[in-house]
Amino acid sequence: MAAPLLEAPRSTPYRRSTSRRSNYEMYSWLFMRLSGAVLAVLVIGHLFVNLMVGDGINGLDFGFVAGKWASPFWQVWDLAMLWLAMIHGSNGVRTIINDYTQRDTTRMVLKTLLAVALVFTVVLGTLVIFTFEPCPVGPDGALLTGAPSFCAG
Amino acid sequence: MATETRTRSVVPKGTLYRGREGMWSWVAHRITGLLIFVFLLVHVLDTSLVRVAPEAYNVVIETYKNPVVGLGEAGLVGAVLFHAFNGIRVMLVDFWSGGPKYHRQMLWAVGALWVLLMVPFLVRHLSHVFGG
Ligand code: HEM
Repeated sequence: MAAPLLEAPRSTPYRRSTSRRSNYEMYSWLFMRLSGAVLAVLVIGHLFVNLMVGDGINGLDFGFVAGKWASPFWQVWDLAMLWLAMIHGSNGVRTIINDYTQRDTTRMVLKTLLAVALVFTVVLGTLVIFTFEPCPVGPDGALLTGAPSFCAG
Repeated sequence: MATETRTRSVVPKGTLYRGREGMWSWVAHRITGLLIFVFLLVHVLDTSLVRVAPEAYNVVIETYKNPVVGLGEAGLVGAVLFHAFNGIRVMLVDFWSGGPKYHRQMLWAVGALWVLLMVPFLVRHLSHVFGG
């Protein structure tokens, strides 16, 4: 006896949801993973160069920062790390706020504070990297105290 | 039951989720992520002192060079390394076909990698902090 012919269910591509909302949360989920992969390299490299190489924590001062930001390589590194970490971190904290707040006003207030902190920190950090002056001089034209020794030469 | 109807708690009773490794790694991932975020806000602020004056930056960084902050830094590095390796584990669970099956073994790998990097780091960092 021939097997009964069964039509394949839903043989045409179909949409699981009829919702017309955006895919924002899916892109946010994907972004956490992509940015996390890049951050793993940037952050571990950052910690290694600042804490393990040379004098480690004891070597950190203005001159150390000036030496690093003299090179576009570290400027780009730090800029990428700043933006990715701040957006990744803020997006993560947004999830945490969504999970635990119960009142709409609490959620609104916390998310507003978070957005302010994100914009403020990213703008400040970006300005610092781009306007950094390794050999700053005072109004009298003399090098400020604490300027690295390579400025005098 | 009268007592049940009067409760205003939104948390259902008696359903404590015990998700073992999966749950605890998630808790730790969440706490370390939040901790790193708060630190990052402060870290960008203190670094921005390089735009005020070399002295301003040096004075503040100098106040960090004591055992209390030094131990805090060690804890922070530990938190970052856990969050980074566990984050990669989360990606493997999500994207690798064997991920969900081996998620527990991968947590052990995260722990092993963490110890492997923390030991040399602590030796070096703590000798800077306490060795002067
Ligand atoms: C070092 C490399 C990093 C990797 C590989 C990484 C990976 C990840 C991944 C995959 C998630 C998503 C977890 C999920 O959806 O369940 C996540 C969440 C999160 N990350 Fe990161 N991350 C890194 C660095 C950072 C940094 C620098 C910060 C802070 C500025 C941060 C803060 C957070 C927060 C707050 C969450 C949300 C946790 C939650 O929803 O429970 N991460 N991370």
